[in-house]
Amino acid sequence: MSLKRKILELQKKREKVLQGGGEKAIEKQVAMGKMTARERIITLLDENSFHEYDLFVEHEARDFNMDKKILHGDGVIIGTGTIFGAPICIYAQDFTVAGGSLGLMHARKITKIMDHAMKMRVPIIGINDSGGARIQEGVNSLAGYGEIFYRNTTASGVIPQISVILGPCAGGAVYSPALTDFVFVVDKISKMFITGPEVIKTVLGEEISMEDLGGARVHSEITGNAHFYAESEIECFDKIKELITYIPWNNGQKARQFEPKDPKEEFKIDEIVPGNPKEPYDVRDVIRGITDASEFFEVQELWAKNMVIGFGRINGETVGFVCNQPLMLAGVLDVDSSDKAARFIRYCDAFNIPIVTLVDLPGYLPGVDQEHAGVIRHGAKVLYAYSEATVPKITVILRKAYGGGYIAMNSRHLNADFVFAWPGAEIAVMGPEGAANIIFRKEIMNAKDPEKMRKQKVKEYKQKFANPYVAAAKGYVDSVIEPKETRKLLLHAIDVSKNKVDRKPIKKHGIPPF
Amino acid sequence: MVAKSKANNKTKNESPKENEGSKVRFNTFVVDGDKYRTQLTEKFKNRKKWENPDERKIYSDIPGTVIKIYVQEGQKVKEGDLMMVLEAMKMKNKILFTSDGVVKKIYVKESEKIPKGKLIMELK
Repeated sequence: MSLKRKILELQKKREKVLQGGGEKAIEKQVAMGKMTARERIITLLDENSFHEYDLFVEHEARDFNMDKKILHGDGVIIGTGTIFGAPICIYAQDFTVAGGSLGLMHARKITKIMDHAMKMRVPIIGINDSGGARIQEGVNSLAGYGEIFYRNTTASGVIPQISVILGPCAGGAVYSPALTDFVFVVDKISKMFITGPEVIKTVLGEEISMEDLGGARVHSEITGNAHFYAESEIECFDKIKELITYIPWNNGQKARQFEPKDPKEEFKIDEIVPGNPKEPYDVRDVIRGITDASEFFEVQELWAKNMVIGFGRINGETVGFVCNQPLMLAGVLDVDSSDKAARFIRYCDAFNIPIVTLVDLPGYLPGVDQEHAGVIRHGAKVLYAYSEATVPKITVILRKAYGGGYIAMNSRHLNADFVFAWPGAEIAVMGPEGAANIIFRKEIMNAKDPEKMRKQKVKEYKQKFANPYVAAAKGYVDSVIEPKETRKLLLHAIDVSKNKVDRKPIKKHGIPPF
Repeated sequence: MVAKSKANNKTKNESPKENEGSKVRFNTFVVDGDKYRTQLTEKFKNRKKWENPDERKIYSDIPGTVIKIYVQEGQKVKEGDLMMVLEAMKMKNKILFTSDGVVKKIYVKESEKIPKGKLIMELK
C-alpha cells in the first residue's frame, strides 16, 4: 500500500470515529438543547487550538455481547488546546456514544489527560455529560471512577481543576466535580445527584423531579456545590474563559498580569457606605470602586449571599475578595457563608492570589438551627483558612467589626499583613446596644427612667468604643484611612508584599475542621 | 508578561445604588440587641423553628414502610415493649417503646409508607 493510500485510510478512520454515536444520537443530543462533546471543546478553546488524543481507543469489554459493539472513542474526547493562549488539558464525555457511560478505557483516557495536565502543570477542564457507570463493565467501571478521584485529590492545589456539568452527572460520578476547584452548571441541562428521583421514590416514597432534586439552580442557590451558573452553554463557556484570565496555570506561578486600569468614575467609593452601621448597601459597589475597570468576577453569586467572594484586579494583578455583604442578613457569618469563604481563601492561598478582605459584620447568625448545624465547626474553617494562608493578606474594615466576627475576618491576630480601617469603622466586642445593656445593667435597672438611662449609656458607649481608634491605639489596625485612599494603599500593600516569606512548621498537612 | 483582557464584563457592572430603588424590600434583623435593616435569605426565612421535644409524642427516626403494629390505642405499654416493625433501607427494624405509658393515639397504618420525622404515636 502506498503512503497516499495509507493517508486515505487514516482519513477514513478519523471520519468514522468523528461521527461519535452517529446521526440519530446526535439528533437526540441537539433535541435536548445540548451541543455535542466535540462542539463544546471547539467552542470553548481558542480557534484551531484543539489537538485530540486517543481517537482510536477501543474498549475491551467481553461480557453481555459487548465484544460486538463498537463505541467510538469509548464515549469520551480528550486532548489539549489553549484559552486566550493559556495551555489547557481537556476532556468531554460524549453522551451520543453509549450515553457517555464510563467504562474502563473511557476512564483510562480521562486519567491519561489528567496525568498529562499534572506533568505539564497546566489547568484541566472536565466536561461531564454521562449516564454514569457502564453497567456491562462492572467493577472495572468503578475502578475507573476511583482512579479519577485519586488524581483529582493529588492534583488539588497544584493545577486548577474545572468541572463543567453539561448533562447528567449522577451517583459516584458527582465526586470528581466535587473534588475540583470550580463547578460550572447550566440551566435545564445540568443534573447532579447521588441517588436519583426513582430511588428516592422507591425507598422514601418522596416524588421529586430531576430539576428540583439536582438541577442547576438547586446547586447554585441551595447546596453550594456549583460555583458558576449560566443560562446557556455559550454563556457558560464565556465564564470559563473569563475565569482562566484570573488564575495562574499552576501553583508555582502567579496569575497573568494585565494592563492596569482605573476604576470607573461612577463607583464613588466614599459615597457607597452609609454612616449608620445599621443601614444596608451592596459591598460589590465598594469592590468595583477599587478594582481595575470596576470589574468583579463573582464566585458562588447565588449561594450564601451574606458573603461575597470573587476575583478582581488591582493594578493588573489578580486578587481574591472576601467580603461581608450588609445587604443580606446584615452580613453575618453563618454555616454556609463560613464554608464559602474558607474554601475560597484556601483556593487563593494555593494559587498565589493575594486576599483582600472587606469587613462589615455584626457577628455570627444567632439561632438553634445554626448551632445544631454545627456553626462552631463551620465557623472554625474561616479562622483556619485565614491563619493558614501565607499569601499577602490585606484587610479593610469598612464599618462594623464586632466580636468573634471581627477576629475571624482576617484580623491582625490571625496574622494579617495589613489592616486598614475607614474612619466609620466600629471595632468592638459587640454592637453598642448589646454592650451597653450588659455593662450598665445595674445603672439602667436602678434609674428613675430606665429607657432614658439606657439610651444615654448606649450613646456613651458609642462615643467611647464605636470607632477604629481604640484598636488603632493597640496597633491592631495599622492605619485609619479615607475611603478614597483605599485602592492606592491596597496597591502599595501588594507591592510591599511581593517577596513575602511566611514559613509554617513542616508537617504532612493540618487537620482543618471539615 | 502583560496581556490584554479579552474577557470583558458586558452587562455585569450594574451602576451603583441600583438596589436602593423601591423594588427591594428590607427587613429588620436583630443581632445582639442591635436592629439592622437588611434583606433575608430564603434559607433563613424557611428555617425550621425550634420546638421543645414532647416525650409523649413519638416520631419516626427513619423513613420506611410500616410492616406490623403490635399495640392498640388504650393499651398500657412499658419501656422496651415492641411497638412496630418498620422496613427501611431493606431492613426490618423492630421499633421499641422508650418509656412507659398508655397508647393515646396511633397515627399510622400497617403497610403505610412514612417519611422521617412523622408523628407515629402519642402516649398519655
